[in-house]
Amino acid sequence: MRLGTLHLDRGGQIFLALLTLTTILVPILNLAVPADSPMHVSTFTVTLLGKYLTYALLAIAVDLVWGYLGILSLGHGAFFALGGYAMGMYLMRQIGDRGVYGNPELPDFMVFLNWQELPWFWHGFDMFWFAALMVMLVPGVLAFVFGWLTFRSRVTGVYLSIITQALTYALMLAFFRNEMGFGGNNGLTDFKDLLGFDLQSDVTRIGLFIASALAVAGGYLACRTIVTSKLGRVTVAIRDAESRTRFIGYRVERFKLWVFTFSAVLAGIAGALYVPQVGIINPGEFSPINSIEIVVWVAIGGRATLYGAVLGALLVNYGKTYLTGVMPDAWLFALGGLFVLVTLFLPYGIAGLLRRKETTA
Amino acid sequence: MPTRCLPSALSALRLCLIAGLTFIVVVPLAQAGPAELEQGVELIQTNDYKAVEQGVALVAASGDPRARDLLAALQDSKLYLRKEDGQLFIGARGEAGYDLVDPLTETAAGTAAKRDLKPIRINNRLRSQLRTAVATLNLTHPDASVRLTAVNEMLDRVDADSLALLRDLAGEEKNAQVREGMTAAIALADLQAEEPARRIEALDQLEGNLHPAVQGGIQRLLSQEQDAEVRATGERLLEAIQFKRDLYGFAETLFFGLSLGSVLVLAAIGLAITFGVMGVINMAHGELIMLGAYTTYIVQQLMPGHIGLALFLAIPAAFVVSGAVGILIERGVIRFLYGRPLETLLATFGISLILQQLVRTLISPQNVPVANPDWMSGSWQINSVLSLTMNRMYIIAFCLIVFTALYLVMRKTQLGLQVRAVSQNRAMARAMGVRSARVDALTFGLGSGIAGVAGVALSQLTNVGPNLGQSYIIDSFMVVVFGGVGNLWGTLVAGMSLGVVNKILEPWAGAVLAKILVLVFIILFIQKRPRGLFPQKGRAAEG
Amino acid sequence: MKTLDNLRTTMRRDQVWEFMVPKTGLELDISHGTILYLEDISVTFDGFRAIDHLNLYIDAGELRCIIGPNGAGKTTMMDIITGKTRPDTGTAWFGQTIDLLRLSEPEIASVGIGRKFQKPTVFEHQTVMENLELAMAADKRVWPTLVARLTPEQHARIDAVLETIGLQEHRARRAGALSHGQKQWLEIGMLLMQDPHLLLVDEPVAGMTHQEMDRTAELLKSLAGRHTVVVVEHDMDFVRSIANKVTVLHQGSVLAEGSMDEVQNDPRVIEVYLGGGDGH
Repeated sequence: MRLGTLHLDRGGQIFLALLTLTTILVPILNLAVPADSPMHVSTFTVTLLGKYLTYALLAIAVDLVWGYLGILSLGHGAFFALGGYAMGMYLMRQIGDRGVYGNPELPDFMVFLNWQELPWFWHGFDMFWFAALMVMLVPGVLAFVFGWLTFRSRVTGVYLSIITQALTYALMLAFFRNEMGFGGNNGLTDFKDLLGFDLQSDVTRIGLFIASALAVAGGYLACRTIVTSKLGRVTVAIRDAESRTRFIGYRVERFKLWVFTFSAVLAGIAGALYVPQVGIINPGEFSPINSIEIVVWVAIGGRATLYGAVLGALLVNYGKTYLTGVMPDAWLFALGGLFVLVTLFLPYGIAGLLRRKETTA
Repeated sequence: MPTRCLPSALSALRLCLIAGLTFIVVVPLAQAGPAELEQGVELIQTNDYKAVEQGVALVAASGDPRARDLLAALQDSKLYLRKEDGQLFIGARGEAGYDLVDPLTETAAGTAAKRDLKPIRINNRLRSQLRTAVATLNLTHPDASVRLTAVNEMLDRVDADSLALLRDLAGEEKNAQVREGMTAAIALADLQAEEPARRIEALDQLEGNLHPAVQGGIQRLLSQEQDAEVRATGERLLEAIQFKRDLYGFAETLFFGLSLGSVLVLAAIGLAITFGVMGVINMAHGELIMLGAYTTYIVQQLMPGHIGLALFLAIPAAFVVSGAVGILIERGVIRFLYGRPLETLLATFGISLILQQLVRTLISPQNVPVANPDWMSGSWQINSVLSLTMNRMYIIAFCLIVFTALYLVMRKTQLGLQVRAVSQNRAMARAMGVRSARVDALTFGLGSGIAGVAGVALSQLTNVGPNLGQSYIIDSFMVVVFGGVGNLWGTLVAGMSLGVVNKILEPWAGAVLAKILVLVFIILFIQKRPRGLFPQKGRAAEG
Repeated sequence: MKTLDNLRTTMRRDQVWEFMVPKTGLELDISHGTILYLEDISVTFDGFRAIDHLNLYIDAGELRCIIGPNGAGKTTMMDIITGKTRPDTGTAWFGQTIDLLRLSEPEIASVGIGRKFQKPTVFEHQTVMENLELAMAADKRVWPTLVARLTPEQHARIDAVLETIGLQEHRARRAGALSHGQKQWLEIGMLLMQDPHLLLVDEPVAGMTHQEMDRTAELLKSLAGRHTVVVVEHDMDFVRSIANKVTVLHQGSVLAEGSMDEVQNDPRVIEVYLGGGDGH
């Protein structure tokens, strides 16, 4: 039974195999193959792939709560952004006196706002271990408190979805304020280096890409472990018949709370890996539409499969990059259309299609 | 004191003025004396104190409509002589040197560099003469609103000359508000009187006046007052004023809150039908509001020059447009998803994206200008503290009308009856011969149409752009959930109270923080009462 | 004033603070032979008195049927026992020591009261085996659940229950694919997995074929003795086939109690059943 994690998970096996292959090949093709060779993978592409991988991790986190627990979170972007901000604060402190104003202590935007000293919540972020802890702790604690309040009072279904959306909306409004001390409108940017490595260098980019790949693989295996364990069967039971599960003696609130919190932590990690690769974090990441986009990745890939979430995240984001490049106007039409078509005609997503073929064959 | 230096000249001037003003007040259009004005200008051009003084007196007495601007310019040291020809101009600092205006023809006369101009110098005596003259001209202006502004401006700095003038004018004044102002100004000046009895009399005169200058005047008086009785009267008065000011301040907050609440109710009430009664999560609701606002824009474009009429026509037009789109959405998508609320949420969110992009592509990604008719602007000045803007008054009234209409539709019509029947027990309603599919479509159309009507109202208050709807969707859901799903009254009460709470919080928390606090409050509230303020049973209640 | 009163109540010296009272021993004590005591229980919903001064005692190991017309309060009574509804007045004790009114739903389940609902609710997306595993008496906290692995004893236990309910061949099927009767049995099986002392079974044979009904009767009879079984049922033939003691509920309180023949000849019962519903 211990082998159960990947046993009978064809999709997961294929996904992890492909991920391993990419993680080995891409660095070689980027660093070892000369730039003029057709086999060369540009650093731009590496970063793009790295970004997609963080999205994939985020999608896994959402699939865990939506697919297996029945909580449609429209606020997971908030946990992603909080993780991103924690990382951004570390990167901000790493700039030191290389900012425009050359203040060794205060980030540029604080100097600009005439702040005299570092706000208390910025302390400690000059240390990587502290920032790394906060990347997980801040989203985790928020999810825990939020979940404790909502699940205890048995808020479920669409009510819960709308409250999660209000949560991320409120955070967005808050982070837009300069007084919050997170750079307001412009957010945090102009990062220089991470753990002493120059963020612009190819090697750092490759490092971040590999870190993202490892995080996705780790996140996938962790979630897979959960959903194949008895805990996973309990969450599915909660998803399908909540009061029945409560009735046979499970404290549904606690199960929801821990799985939700774990998922938020995963989202936070994804955000922390995302920020150094794109080089900026701003309050726009909190906007409700971002969170809802994540849901559509999962819906398209096929929920309650985990690998489907990865597939959806990669496909939709590739489509987004492609379409916004070719005809920017069409992207929102395409995204909107996807929402409608998937819910109407493809309730189990692409993974559902594949599985149906497998069973009929 | 200037009076002692030139007593005869000034008393003559005053006489002249009074004669002139009576004349003006009685026959406002009479041309008293362009000649005197021109003569006065000539004297001012000499730039010699004595001569300017006489010139000012002449201009002031001329009764000419141009006199006020001329003297005001001189008072502000904006009157210049052009060095090359010695001509007199009113100059205002512009982008390239000074923009000149001929005070006689009142037309622009090009620009000039500073070094080409020579200012008309004024000394203290002239300054005081000018102040009186300008004040007099303002106080005797034919337009009552000019007089009112003038008297309000001079309330707390009445000198001996203007005091005498005010005493003369107050008796003649026809306009009650101006007269009240004049009385207050006189009383304020009288607060400095020697005898305590006169000071008390002056205080009595000021009772009930809420102008900030009155409050300041009494405070100044109290800071140095020795007489106990005067002190007591003053303090009582000040307390009364402060109380009234607080009261009116609160009334204003309440008014702002109700108008914000009306916007929330308008935005949410369509949702109260589709989400509340039918249990359909329509994330495209905000975009239906946006379509209503764009319909207003288009109707206005079709009928240029009839802004007000276009606005009225836009109401049914927006209802039809949004309602039709709503029915399309219901028939095309939502009906396949009944009983699957999470899927409905996603699909309608997709629709909202499509509608937004459609507007961006077909009309413009930028905001479009929607004109406000004249009767929407302006305000109703109740007193110097409280004034209610017209557009807010209209929005409150409009909200109540829409609410009442919708309430009647739901309570009194066949459709309303069927809607309620279907929402309570679909199978039973069907068995009774209600065509539930048709009812679903019509209900959804009704809710969507109301959203469109809300859009017409919003187009008068905010920017109309593709993102208009997005900013209202979360608020709308919060209002409906807070009020209790399936309950129109709940939506009204919730919207209004959220609006008021928001406005009460705003002064000490700031607009954004107030909004966040309200959101957090609702989140906590739903923990406590998941079914809202006024819970109701129905299809949505089981969701 | 109110605060003061509250404070006074809180500080009374003849009482112990709520949180200091030991949470009743969760060990079932049936030394007096009675497993369930419901005394003087009343519940009102929106002015409608669903349960009216109800007194009911169930002996350990018996198979009791409860009948009564619609609205007699059968389901509400079950809700009270399982903690879903709290009564306005009255007491409910499980054995000598366990005060049911102080426990939450999962706590009640864990002290050994299991309930089968009217409408079968099994976990449709999971297999028969998984359904039974979920219901199994075990440590049901989050972390132990994550690391839980089936021991050979637990396997044996699941096999035993599968045999009792006759679903050995269907162990790997998705529960959603079972027939109506099979779902009912699976649900009884899930109850058995919890190893409850008291089983509450709500209308077990509604919508069953005759063969299925007979098998269900066999099943319930085989359970009595080792477990205490309370069955709520409408079908009189079925009740006759299984029960030795029947309780008739009417308007929220007990109308008659005794063997099937006794209650059937009770004039008040005849009045209620034949005299057009509410009898007055």
